[in-house]
Amino acid sequence: MIEGARWRRSVYFHLPLVMFVVLLLFPFYWMVITTFRPDGELYRPWNAKNYNPFWTWHPTLEHIRLLVEDTLFSTWLWNTMLISLASTAISLVCGVFAGYALSRLKFRFAGSLGTGIFVTYLVPQTLLFIPLADVIRNFQLGDTPWSLILTYPTFLIPFSTWLMMGYFKAIPKELEECARIDGASRWQAMIYIILPVAVPGILSAGIFAFTLSWNEFIYALVFLSSSAQKTIPVGVVSELVRGDVFYWGSLMAGALLGSIPVAVVYSFFVEHYVAGLTGSVKG
Amino acid sequence: MRIATTRAPRLRLGRALLNQGAKSEEPDMASATTTTTMMRSAMPAGRVHQKAGLLEDERWFAAALLLPTAVLLGLFIAYPFFQGIWLALTDTRVGVPGNFVGLKNFEKVWNDSIFRTAVWNTCWYTFITTIVKLVLGLWLAQLLNRHFKGKAWVRAFILLPFIIPTVLSTFAWKWMFDPTFSVLNWLFWQMGFITKRINWLGEPDLAFFSIIVVNIWRGVPFYAISLLAGLQTISPELQEAAAIDGANAWQRFLHITWPLLLPVTMVVTLFSVIQTFADFQLVYVLTGGGPANATHLFATYAYQIGVGTGLLSEGAAISLAIFPVLFIVVLLQLLYIRRVETR
Repeated sequence: MIEGARWRRSVYFHLPLVMFVVLLLFPFYWMVITTFRPDGELYRPWNAKNYNPFWTWHPTLEHIRLLVEDTLFSTWLWNTMLISLASTAISLVCGVFAGYALSRLKFRFAGSLGTGIFVTYLVPQTLLFIPLADVIRNFQLGDTPWSLILTYPTFLIPFSTWLMMGYFKAIPKELEECARIDGASRWQAMIYIILPVAVPGILSAGIFAFTLSWNEFIYALVFLSSSAQKTIPVGVVSELVRGDVFYWGSLMAGALLGSIPVAVVYSFFVEHYVAGLTGSVKG
Repeated sequence: MRIATTRAPRLRLGRALLNQGAKSEEPDMASATTTTTMMRSAMPAGRVHQKAGLLEDERWFAAALLLPTAVLLGLFIAYPFFQGIWLALTDTRVGVPGNFVGLKNFEKVWNDSIFRTAVWNTCWYTFITTIVKLVLGLWLAQLLNRHFKGKAWVRAFILLPFIIPTVLSTFAWKWMFDPTFSVLNWLFWQMGFITKRINWLGEPDLAFFSIIVVNIWRGVPFYAISLLAGLQTISPELQEAAAIDGANAWQRFLHITWPLLLPVTMVVTLFSVIQTFADFQLVYVLTGGGPANATHLFATYAYQIGVGTGLLSEGAAISLAIFPVLFIVVLLQLLYIRRVETR
C-alpha cells in the first residue's frame, strides 16, 4: 500500500505491533518462568538486590511434581477432556440438525425459532447459574460430569446452530434436490449430500465449542463439589489456594499444563477457529 | 436462487420428473408435498420414502431435527429462567424450601449498599473496557491488515489471551499483581517510576483499575481478530483511490474504513458488552469482590449471596438484575439485524 519513509514505518507500524505482542503475551511468559523457578527465587521481595525476575539459572520441576503427585491434576485433566468432548459432540449434533432445519426447510415459525435460538445465544451463564444449580440438584445430577455435559450445550448449541445456518445457506438447493429425485430420503440427502459439503463449518463450530467448554468456569464451580469430579479451571483455583496460602509455583504450573491441550488444539486449527469466531459474530 | 432456475433443468435433463422437479423450486409447502407424492408413485426407488414416511414431510422432518435442541434448551435455559423468577419471589435457602414473599428480595437488594456499588461498578466496568477494547482492537486490526513477515504467527499468538482458560490466565495476572512479589512493581521501580510498592489489588480504586486492565488484555484480541475479518472485506482500491485524491490516513479511516466497518463493529461490541456486563471470573479470581466489597459485579455478588451464604432467593434476585440490561442489548441487536436483513 502506501509506504512512508523507513523510520515512519517503524514508528507507526513496528513499534506498536511489537508493543501489542509483548503486552498480550507477557503473562504467558510469566506463567512459564514461574513454573520452573525454585521457591527460593520466587519469593524474593520486589526490591531485593541483584534480583532478575525474568530468568532463572536453577530451573526446577518441583512445582510440576507437587501438582501431579499431591493434587488430582491428572483426574481433572481427564474430567475436562471428557466433559469438553462430550458436550462438544452433543452440541454439534444438535447444532447441525437445528441449523439444517432452520436454514433449509420451510415450516411455520422457522423465523421466530431462529430468533429464539439467537436470543439464547446471548444469555450469559451468570444470569442462570443459581436457579440452574437448583434444577441440577432436583435432577440428581449434582457433582457428576453429567451436570456439565448437559448444561454446556446450552451455550454451545445456539452458537453452533447460528454458525451452521450460515454455512448451510451458502449451499445451493439443487444439490439435495438432485439427490431426492434420485430416490434419497430427506434424511439421506442431509447426511450424505449436504453434511460432507459443510464439513469446514462443522469443524469450526467444533473447535470453537471445544475451547469454550474447556474454559467454562462458573457452572463447574457451582455444580461440582468433590475434588475428584472437578475440571482443571476449578481444580486449580480451589485446591492450590489453601486459605490464604497460594502455591504460586504449582498454580502457574497448573495454569500452564491446563492451557496446553486447548492451545495445541487451537494451533492445529487456527484458521477454523478464526472462521468460527468471526462467523459466530457475523451470523 | 436466480441461477437455480436456469441451471436446474439442465441438471435434470433426461429425468422423468422434469416437471415436478421444476415445481419444487417454488418455496411453498403445498407444491413440495405434491412433489413428494408424485415421486412416490412415479419412481420404483420410492421404497425409501415409504419406509420413512413421516420424516419425508418437511414439517415433521424439521420438528424431528429441532427436537434435541428444544429439549436441552428448554430444560436448561427456559426452565431455570422461570425457576429463577420463582426463586427470587420466595425466601428459599439451600436445603430449605421457601415460601412466597413477593417482591421482598428485590426490595432488600435495592436497599443494599453493596448491591448499589455492584451496579455502579458493572456499568463503569462495561463502559470503560468496551471503549478501550474497541479503540485498541481497531488499532491492532489495522496493524494486522498489512502485509509483513510472520503475520500468520502474530495473528495466531495474539489470540492466546482469548483461547487460554480465563481463570488460569487471570491467576498469572494475580501473581503479577502480588503485593510483595509483584513483577510490575519491580519493573516500575527499576525504571524509576515508583519508590514504594503499589498494592495493586489492595485498595478499592486501584483494584478496580487492575480488573479493568485484565479485562482489556483479554478482550482486545477478540476485537482485533473480528474487526480484522471485517477489514479484509473492504477493497484496498477504495483506500488507494482516496489516497490518490489526497486524503490522509486519518481521513481515509474516518470516511472509508469506519463507515464500512460499522456493521461488524456494532455486532462485536454488542457481544462484548453482554459478556463484560455478566463477567464473573476476573473479579472472582483477582479480588473476590474485595477489598471491603468494593469491586463486586452483579455476578460475583450474586455468587457471594446465593452460593457463599446460601441465600438462594436473594442471589437469584441479584443475578436476575442482569436481565433488563441484557434485554435491552438483545433488543437493539435484533432490531439492528432486522434492519440489515431488510435493507
